[in-house]
Amino acid sequence: MVRSLLPTMLQFLLHGLTVLLLPPLLPGLIAKTKAVMAGRKGPPVFQLYYDLAKLARKQAVFSRTTTWVFLAGPVGGVAAGLAASCLVPFGHTPAPISFEGDVILFAYLFGLARFLTILSALDTGSSFEGMGAAREATFSALAEPALFLGFAALAKATSSLSLGTMLAFPGSLTARFTGPLILVFAGWAIVYLAENSRIPVDDPNTHLELTMIHEVMVLDHSGRPFALVLYGASLKLLVLGALILTPALPRAPQAWQNWLVFYAALGLLAVGVGLVESAMARFRMTKVPQFLVAGVLATGFAFLLLLV
Amino acid sequence: MRLYLLAILAAAASGVPGLFLRRKGGEVAAGLLGLAAVLGLWASLQVLSGGPGGSFGLRTASLGLPGLLVLDPLAAFFTIPVLLLSVSGAIYSLGYWEGRRGNTPALRLVYGLLVASLVMLVTASHALTFLLAWEGMAIAAFLLVMAEDREIETRRAGWIYLVATHTGTLFLFAAFALLAKIHGHSGFSALPAGLAASREGTALFWLFLLGFGFKAGILPLHFWLPPAHAAAPSHVSALMSGVLLKMGILGLVRFLSWVPDPPIWWGGVLVALGALSGILGVAFALGQHDLKRLLAYHSIENIGIILLGLGLGTLGKATGHPVMQVLGFAGALLHVINHSLFKGLLFLSAGSVLHTTGTRDLERLGGLGQRMPWTAGAFLAGSWAICGLPPLNGFVSEWLIYLGAFRGLGLGRQGWPVVILLSLALIGALALACFAKAFGGVFLGLPRTDGAAQAQEAPRSMLLPMGLLALACVGIGVAPVLIAPALGRVTEIMAPGAGTTLSSLAGLPLISGVAVVLGLLAFLFWWWIRPVQPAADLPTWDCGYAAPDARMQYTASSFADGLVWGLRWALRPRVRFPRVVGWFPRPTRYESHVPDPVLDRAAAPALRLSIRGASQLRVFQGGELPVYLLYVLLTLLVLLVWMVA
Amino acid sequence: MMPDLLIALTMLSNFSLVATSRVSKAIQFAVLQGVLLGLMPLAMGLGRHFHIVLLAIAAVTVKGWLIPFLFRRALRQVHIQREVDPYIGYTVSLMLCALGTGLSLVLAHNLPLKAGTEYTLLVPASLATLFTGFLLLVSRRKALTQVVGYLVLENGIYLFGLLLVEDMPALVEAGILLDLFVGIFVMGIVINHIRVAFDSTDTRHLAELKD
Repeated sequence: MVRSLLPTMLQFLLHGLTVLLLPPLLPGLIAKTKAVMAGRKGPPVFQLYYDLAKLARKQAVFSRTTTWVFLAGPVGGVAAGLAASCLVPFGHTPAPISFEGDVILFAYLFGLARFLTILSALDTGSSFEGMGAAREATFSALAEPALFLGFAALAKATSSLSLGTMLAFPGSLTARFTGPLILVFAGWAIVYLAENSRIPVDDPNTHLELTMIHEVMVLDHSGRPFALVLYGASLKLLVLGALILTPALPRAPQAWQNWLVFYAALGLLAVGVGLVESAMARFRMTKVPQFLVAGVLATGFAFLLLLV
Repeated sequence: MRLYLLAILAAAASGVPGLFLRRKGGEVAAGLLGLAAVLGLWASLQVLSGGPGGSFGLRTASLGLPGLLVLDPLAAFFTIPVLLLSVSGAIYSLGYWEGRRGNTPALRLVYGLLVASLVMLVTASHALTFLLAWEGMAIAAFLLVMAEDREIETRRAGWIYLVATHTGTLFLFAAFALLAKIHGHSGFSALPAGLAASREGTALFWLFLLGFGFKAGILPLHFWLPPAHAAAPSHVSALMSGVLLKMGILGLVRFLSWVPDPPIWWGGVLVALGALSGILGVAFALGQHDLKRLLAYHSIENIGIILLGLGLGTLGKATGHPVMQVLGFAGALLHVINHSLFKGLLFLSAGSVLHTTGTRDLERLGGLGQRMPWTAGAFLAGSWAICGLPPLNGFVSEWLIYLGAFRGLGLGRQGWPVVILLSLALIGALALACFAKAFGGVFLGLPRTDGAAQAQEAPRSMLLPMGLLALACVGIGVAPVLIAPALGRVTEIMAPGAGTTLSSLAGLPLISGVAVVLGLLAFLFWWWIRPVQPAADLPTWDCGYAAPDARMQYTASSFADGLVWGLRWALRPRVRFPRVVGWFPRPTRYESHVPDPVLDRAAAPALRLSIRGASQLRVFQGGELPVYLLYVLLTLLVLLVWMVA
Repeated sequence: MMPDLLIALTMLSNFSLVATSRVSKAIQFAVLQGVLLGLMPLAMGLGRHFHIVLLAIAAVTVKGWLIPFLFRRALRQVHIQREVDPYIGYTVSLMLCALGTGLSLVLAHNLPLKAGTEYTLLVPASLATLFTGFLLLVSRRKALTQVVGYLVLENGIYLFGLLLVEDMPALVEAGILLDLFVGIFVMGIVINHIRVAFDSTDTRHLAELKD
């Protein structure tokens, strides 16, 4: 048992505050890393906070083609993301809501976010958004199995079905679990890059219609809805990052130590993503499915290794 | 039980007054069906909440066993979708079908008879009653499919449906004959232990699977489903997809409940078929551009999901793991009701679209969300539910099956649970893509043709049933704890100990909790971003194109193209894509169709072959009456001599 | 003794039916057979049951008066006198009828019927009449003669049903209803339609309906 200095309620509070306040920091870190690698100074790390504040003050414009579905995308993305964040433990700290089978709810909440985003993209009646939506739907069909196979592997290893227990891997990695765990990481790293529309799957800085996936789906949003969109994207970085990092983190005896380890790891993850983005170019669109299938294979092998 | 019998009578008689009344026949029929629904649901809910069942039998020597109709929890459970959907369809048809084509009174009569045979079928407890009700259902459904028999497509669809359903019934006859031989009587009762592993047990399994598989639409016995469900009137399609398919599942469930010790390979076969139906069903749906065909293929996919649950439960029964058993069966049974609800909802809204625009083609629709907001909302609720997204009902049943599969992972070296997991994950992702395509293609964006531009919202009689079904979907999704006791009671029949296992699942109330949180957050954020000033009349950002129009939108086919191309080895799309050449190319046309391969490559050639073979027998059919009578006489003589000798 | 006499007369009338080529004679023999059989229950000594008396009266009325009346009407409409050129010639028909009667005697002896039936000729006679009826149906061309064959067939079934008349009189009553059905439906309606459609009651023309 983990002896903690903070009672559990305070941990939940910290969890909530992290979820609400931390996400915009991550894209800032990634951008800063990319800038430094490119020899530039780059925008400040807190840039996204300023952007969000600015957007919150602006009036939004809506196309005459859109209906109320247009707003469902940003709202759903953030609401589902926040609901999912209640299920994920940050590092070896407890998750606010935890029950058997919550991993499925977690995955499907993100599915919900994706569904509503695709619909809001199609609502504009523009071929750009339609293109992005089609690509998003196609690629996520490949990424889902990788995610679930990873969950299956972890469930087999820990004989549990709650995210809290599944991810809180035994602190000492025995030989039996090292190989599969690394494969799961590899697969989930690919899923992470795909879901958050990072290079090599998608370029968050491009605005050429032939190369966009996520960026193009939100072309028509402005003002407060756009703020929600940006916030939701950064929230996804945080929550999925927690999913990947938690099994890898060592378990510390004190709760505040766990929190610190988590924040540090998150920062490292953001920097890592920035490094990957600087080092690679975006794949050709036809190569993306192959990349995702590689992720499926990695997690699949991890599961098979645990099966025998 | 008396209430239940009254329900059957009320349903059967619902169409009769319409034959005589000139004007209000539809309302009377809907009223009588509503009465039947109230009576039947009352009786069913009493049984489901722990009341005693009832039975009804005729004491005639030739029928043997008393207790022809037995209202046990399983029957009560399956009665719910039957009655809900039939009443919804009847109210819907007031706005949808009235005044068309003059055969409305006949259709109402047959509809009532269909509902009556369905209600009889779920409670049938004797092979003869079962088959009688089965045939009644099949023929009534055939007549309803042929409602618009002026169209050649409808006639073809009805014909294929008739052939397929009777082929299935033939297998059922064989299965029930074998069962009677084993038991010594024709009533429904449990099989002795040890039988399942024997040759007779295997024969029973395959015969029942084939017989019920034809009706349920399990791949590859599904080929009759898309044409029939597309050609039927929309409220009939809703009933067929939502209820008739489930009658095949009911048969399988009853059969599985009789077998105390199924072998493992039974579960494996069910899982394999479920995975095949589920994945290929949704893959084919992706390639369709006819809205109702798309929905029909999704029914096949959901039957696959139900089979996955049944396979999981059977695996649990075979390996002696009660939790797997309970979760698998509970998930499958809950999905039966869930699918009826949201598939009914989807078909009714598709019918509303068809009613006002006159077309089912996704490429000719679009932008209907602005002109038909309520229908769009209903279709969105249905899509939301069918993709299994929280917090609606589709998620709950899939969650139960996922949970069972995850639990089964830890047990032994079998791979079946992971097949279930992977299939469900893949099905979920593909279904999401497909319904994004469907909803987006029909309701979002700009209208692609004039027909779509002039669409009107459906009348209230059509909107009311859609609203009810949507509410039911949301209700089951947000508050699954309310139905857990009833579900537990039904699953008891398949798996002992279900009640305690289901109520001990902490997840069910917590899902409601997350749903509430989700709703609150969504409302808060929507409030924050809602447009307060009158919206400026601006077009969508068009990247500098001077005159964007509706035809520049992404079409439904383009949306699905990536996935269809990726799955082309299974779907085999037929694409006509003339090359665009030259500096000033002429206008050209692109077409793509995804026909059903089982129908085109297997069923139709097999039928043609058998017709050719049967034509050889034509020589006996000379047309001369005395010759036919001679056949009768000779047969009689042969039989007499054989009996004596 | 009386029932045996009636049964023997029935079997004789079979032979006459098969041998005659005149349609009116065939009708007369069929009617005679019907009346004889209608009186059979009384001859069997079951007259003490009131409903059986009613049954016999109904049978005699239908078979003895109603059917000939409808036949005569149909005969007037179609203007035929003789059955010309049947499929199986008259001599051969007679031989086949004899063969059939012998076969029925053999079969009846071997059939697993309740032992102790007093009327040992009843079952063979019914089978023989059945066979005669079939023979007429198979071998004759004209629709009216075929209806006669059908009536003879039904007589045979009725005769067999007399075994059960005490226990299940409803079965026998149903047989009488069948007679009515044949009379009204077939003769009244169908033959007229055949004549109107083909301008002849030669059933060869029905073969055109094959496809």
